[in-house]
Amino acid sequence: MNNYILMRDEFVLLGIILLLLVAEIMLIGKNRKIVAGIATGMFMVHTVIGFFPLPEGVLFGGSYRTTHLLHNMKNIMNVGVVILLLQTWTWAREEWSGRGRMSEFYLLIFSTLLGMYYMVSSGDFLMFFLGLELASLPIGGLAAYDLSKMRSAEAGAKFILMAGLASAISLFGISMIYGITGSLYFSEVAQNFHLSGLGTIGLLFFISGLAFKISLVPFHFWTPDVYEGAPVPVTSYLSVISKAAAIFALAIVLFLIGREFVSIWKPAIYWMAVLTMTVGNLFALRQKNMKRFLAFSSVAQAGFILLGILSFDQMGMAAVVYFAAIYIFSNLATFGVVQVISLKTGKENMDDYNGLYRTNPKLSLVMLLGLFSLAGIPPVAGFFGKFFLFMSAAAHGYYWLVIIAVINVTISLYYYLLVVRAMFLRKSDTPIEPFQAEMPVKIGLALTVVGILALGLYSPFYDFILNLSTNI
Amino acid sequence: MDILSLLVVVPVITVLILFFINDNQLVRIISALGIGVETILTLVITKDYVAERSAGNTAEFLFTRDLMWFKPLNIHYFVGVDGISVAMLLLTAIVLLAGIFISWNIEELTKEFFISLIILGTGVFGFFISLDLFTMFLFYEVAVIPMYLLIGIWGTGPKEYAAMKLTLMLMGASAILLVSILGIYYYSGMTFNMQEIAQMQMPIHAQRFFFPLAFVGFGVLGALFPFHIWSPDGHASAPTAVSMLHAGVLMKLGTYGAFRVAMYLMPQAANEYSTFFMGLAAIGVIYGAFGAIRQTDLKYINAYSSVSHLGLIFFGMMALNKIAYTGAVLQMISHGLMTAVFFALIGMLYGRTHTRDVRKMGGLLKILPFIAAVYVIIGLASLGLPGLSGFVAEMNIFVGAFQNPDFVHRAFSVLSVSAIVVTAVYILRVVGMMLMGPVTNDEFYKLPKAVWYERVGALLVLLPVIAIGLAPMWLTTLIQDSLGNIVEHLAAFGH
Repeated sequence: MNNYILMRDEFVLLGIILLLLVAEIMLIGKNRKIVAGIATGMFMVHTVIGFFPLPEGVLFGGSYRTTHLLHNMKNIMNVGVVILLLQTWTWAREEWSGRGRMSEFYLLIFSTLLGMYYMVSSGDFLMFFLGLELASLPIGGLAAYDLSKMRSAEAGAKFILMAGLASAISLFGISMIYGITGSLYFSEVAQNFHLSGLGTIGLLFFISGLAFKISLVPFHFWTPDVYEGAPVPVTSYLSVISKAAAIFALAIVLFLIGREFVSIWKPAIYWMAVLTMTVGNLFALRQKNMKRFLAFSSVAQAGFILLGILSFDQMGMAAVVYFAAIYIFSNLATFGVVQVISLKTGKENMDDYNGLYRTNPKLSLVMLLGLFSLAGIPPVAGFFGKFFLFMSAAAHGYYWLVIIAVINVTISLYYYLLVVRAMFLRKSDTPIEPFQAEMPVKIGLALTVVGILALGLYSPFYDFILNLSTNI
Repeated sequence: MDILSLLVVVPVITVLILFFINDNQLVRIISALGIGVETILTLVITKDYVAERSAGNTAEFLFTRDLMWFKPLNIHYFVGVDGISVAMLLLTAIVLLAGIFISWNIEELTKEFFISLIILGTGVFGFFISLDLFTMFLFYEVAVIPMYLLIGIWGTGPKEYAAMKLTLMLMGASAILLVSILGIYYYSGMTFNMQEIAQMQMPIHAQRFFFPLAFVGFGVLGALFPFHIWSPDGHASAPTAVSMLHAGVLMKLGTYGAFRVAMYLMPQAANEYSTFFMGLAAIGVIYGAFGAIRQTDLKYINAYSSVSHLGLIFFGMMALNKIAYTGAVLQMISHGLMTAVFFALIGMLYGRTHTRDVRKMGGLLKILPFIAAVYVIIGLASLGLPGLSGFVAEMNIFVGAFQNPDFVHRAFSVLSVSAIVVTAVYILRVVGMMLMGPVTNDEFYKLPKAVWYERVGALLVLLPVIAIGLAPMWLTTLIQDSLGNIVEHLAAFGH
């Protein structure tokens, strides 16, 4: 039975969830604000525990599997969540303590994270689907967290409906795959799959369900509305952690089962990459609301990641994980700043950022680094991430795709520079007043800066990921 | 720490120190000190380089240092210099130092200005010492991106538009370049090392596809016609020191890269495409010259004149022989210095008269003798007067280009020579209207004379122009050996 150590991370997280459930009841009549501290603190401990090595292996006859790569994907997500929790400190603690809703936010976040763990670690379609559902449903609650605001409620409803549809399509696809292969296990599906109309449709349906989670074009329509309506911390979580997890899951499943039928999914991924990059960019060009803007920018970013999946080898997998890790830091930096400003001033439009550098230079610099990293400008990490993604695609001769991608990088630079323009070039009669954020929030932002600066230049990190990628 | 890496480390440390300083005067002094040290370093490198060469060291690149960076991808931090890069380093150091002095009176966000300027300089230094395509590309982008802030915050006129246009065009070009670099990597056995790539014959079909991408990718930065359209707006809107650095040094990244990467690594394709790109270059030469005639804004005149002179560099490169290459490299240096002085002077004039319109100025020679005299000297250098650097460079380019027996090449050469006459027209017209004649505006009598930092800045760049013109041998010997290597290489691989 000591095999269950393989599920250590899941158990610890589940323990935290249960403890939090009880904690709030125990604290009735006392100062409930400590819940934020307890939750954040426990999750930090969990993250630290996560860094202790785990053996590789499978459980439940192959339903649950873990390798060093999968384990470290979870670690990457954990680090992202820690930063997110630090950044949301003020919001979760001050904003909600008066309304008697302290632990819900943490409960929901941790539950979806648990779902993502299972998605990443699944060895068959059933476990995968359970993970997918567990990862999706709490997000509906999170999106509608600010129930008093109509837009937040709308975002929650929209997300639940769309997620339900996507899950259903995905499940339908899975059932077709099961019909053909007679198995739900990835390893057996990979062996028994044969090319047929039903199989093609099944696989494409399955991919579309995941494409919805990653908001790949043409499954992205929910993204801007939900991102705009949900509270900023939730948007941040959705566009960073949730997206990274779904990308990991897509990459893992395709790498596990896709070898025999690249002819089906490669064209699909190829064209989704082209569409996602281009459409995401074109829509981002004209956004005035920072959350919508970042929503479309993150749609476009997902398109670049597909280049790594397309290359379908160790280098491609490494590029995907490497880029996703960097993406988490870069996007958390930008969202962190948007969140701080939104909380202090309620301002969320790009024009409100005019002259920000003259009043809040440090925040502007964090934002600048985050944007440059997203745009892929050296020497910050995003440059290396994008370069390696393009390298992995070029290795397989996808030069035209790389050309389309670099054109899109240039387009994306335009809208990232619009924000830089607002912060640095413009002046405003009513700028955002200088203010100080709370210490945990500052730490959360500082961590992203460290990540953005270090992950690229410090090459052993890439070597480490590349080594992990030998065994998926 | 090897001496070449110091070229990158010193400015980075300077930037880090500046970051924590809030006193404007101290910021200026530290910037000047940091770049002063940098200049001394380049002088030391030049001295060591000449000493090594005369001691009989015939290695293609000297002071090389090769550190593994991303091992699985075979990405190195690999630096080294040959004569051409040493010359470019000298140019960069001089112009950057002069730029710091010229910007002494910047009051708005002083610290940020100097930080951006020095980051730009870091990128340029790093670019010229890189022998690994990845590192080179990285430094290239580091050099380009601060331009956005520099023009956007401290510029004049339609600065937001100009900054965005310039940044997008240059970064778009670098994106194209990236594809080409990846192509070179995979078609030469997964290496970014330029020395190794040069020894490998890339398949001709790959060269045909990737050469234009690389050449145009760098050509945009070098204002190759018809990709020059960012340049007049960008230069006109940029603050003085940025115009100096950009026209003087940054555009040379384009020409240097086109030579070092595109032509050197893909010689067969360079041979095949030479007529086409020579045509573009010739159009640029003539178009730029005629464009300059039509302008009345001093900065636009100089920007178009830069398009014309940069065209000459591409023209010389595409003539594919040693004399023309020598001319092209000399022209890089010479134009870099000349245009830097021009922009410095224009900045001084604009700071005093608050106009750059030549029609509104007149008789300034009487009032601002120093600025006017330097303007005349540098104008004469620009139109190719013997005894100044411009003549040496252009002479070599045209002699070399005419040596190529191909009829089309000769036709282009004849056409381009005509641009020299046009150059004389627009230079002398400006000198006549702006400096000579009666003083047109009584306000001008109150204009202050050049102050110390302006004089230092201008003279720093002017003196080398005269030095090259009077005694070009020291520079030609510096670049001669390295050019010899390249010519041999192109001859061996190019046909």
